[in-house]
Amino acid sequence: MKTFPHLVACEHCDSVYERTPLTPGQLARCERCDAILYRASRLDVDRWLALTIAAAIVFVMANVCPVIYISFKGMHNEATLWASAAALAHGPAAPIAVPTAMSIIIVPFLQISLLGWVLLYARFGKRAPGFERAMRMLVALRPWSMVEVCLLGILVAVIKLSGFLQVAPGAGIWATALLMILLTVIANRDIHWLWEMTEPARSAQKAQA
Amino acid sequence: MTGAVSAGRLGVVSCHACGLVCQDTLPQASHHRPVAESEACGNGARGRSHQVICPRCGAPLHRRRPNSIARAWALLLAGLIFYIPANVLPVMYTSLLGSGSDNTIMQGVIEFWKSGSYGIALVIFIASVLVPCTKFVVLGVLFATSQRGSRWAMKERAKLYRMVELVGYWSMLDVLVVAVVAALVKFQGLSDIEPRIGILFFGMVVIMTMLSAMSFDPRLIWDGDTE
Ligand SMILES: [Zn+2]
Ligand SMILES: [Zn+2]
Repeated sequence: MKTFPHLVACEHCDSVYERTPLTPGQLARCERCDAILYRASRLDVDRWLALTIAAAIVFVMANVCPVIYISFKGMHNEATLWASAAALAHGPAAPIAVPTAMSIIIVPFLQISLLGWVLLYARFGKRAPGFERAMRMLVALRPWSMVEVCLLGILVAVIKLSGFLQVAPGAGIWATALLMILLTVIANRDIHWLWEMTEPARSAQKAQA
Repeated sequence: MTGAVSAGRLGVVSCHACGLVCQDTLPQASHHRPVAESEACGNGARGRSHQVICPRCGAPLHRRRPNSIARAWALLLAGLIFYIPANVLPVMYTSLLGSGSDNTIMQGVIEFWKSGSYGIALVIFIASVLVPCTKFVVLGVLFATSQRGSRWAMKERAKLYRMVELVGYWSMLDVLVVAVVAALVKFQGLSDIEPRIGILFFGMVVIMTMLSAMSFDPRLIWDGDTE
């Protein structure tokens, strides 16, 4: 099958364009429907990998440290992200605990580890084992990553509870905020060019029939 | 950059998963009919199950997502049905010093409003009422117009679709608020907050409408535009 890596088709209206090099920060838009076709990356692979490792560390902190402490009539309690998802698992609404845990813990975890894996090899211009599957998963996971919604949820919870008990933010809330920013930077970006930069020994590619 | 030429006219098809533009070796006329094993040319283009797959990433190639509109309608309808118990049934049980009460989503909003937290009341109202309702209407309009091959306001409809994809998942807010609050307030006898069945339905609404929007192939919006 013939492939045309120099072309790009708009995902939203199927118009085909030729790829043109962009200056960093620039983006190419579809003339027909105005959707973003692709963007030039401000990040090189090394920086991208460094930020992914940072995100991994922050992820651990966000999950280990409690996000909120509360006290009520001399009693104290605290909650982590995991405990929050687990709290839904009691009672009749239990099944909702699964998508909740997915969206705030498991999907971000997978995004960070898959990206780390892919980038580690991409640094050397190589495709990691399972590269194809990892890249497809990264695309599929993106809409289910909800750390930013989680952060807003925590803030609403703080305000809700501050009416009748003492509420204090924990280290986890700052880690979650940082994780939100890092995830936006590392995962909400154009990953298409990783395909091109890791082309397995371009000449050996048999796709050009 | 050349002018806008559609992939169909160029005889190419782009991969959903990795974006690679490939020669269109899918069978003509139908988008869904499987291609015969021998018909798919070699070079990794042959799928195990009568599919043409992307030579780069291995995802199945389609001109348009198969059964896009039917699937999208079904999921939207499911979401709409779940939306009723999500609003009628309580999402949370709160007990404070012996007196307990069940709360629905709207009651939560009203409570915030009455206590003077107008901003928070508005945020929850937007995330749990306005966004889902807008989504039902917008997706319904998009599916119906695309089904009829309408050429009406194509650019605006395309933008509307992208907007729905962008804001849709914020509706999970209420689920996460209940999760955090229920995890924290566990003071036996004195105060307790527990999730109730309504939150399950509400979460299902969010998931169903997200899946519905994802099933819809936005390129169908432009298919009525045959030059
Ligand atoms: Zn377009
Ligand atoms: Zn592909």
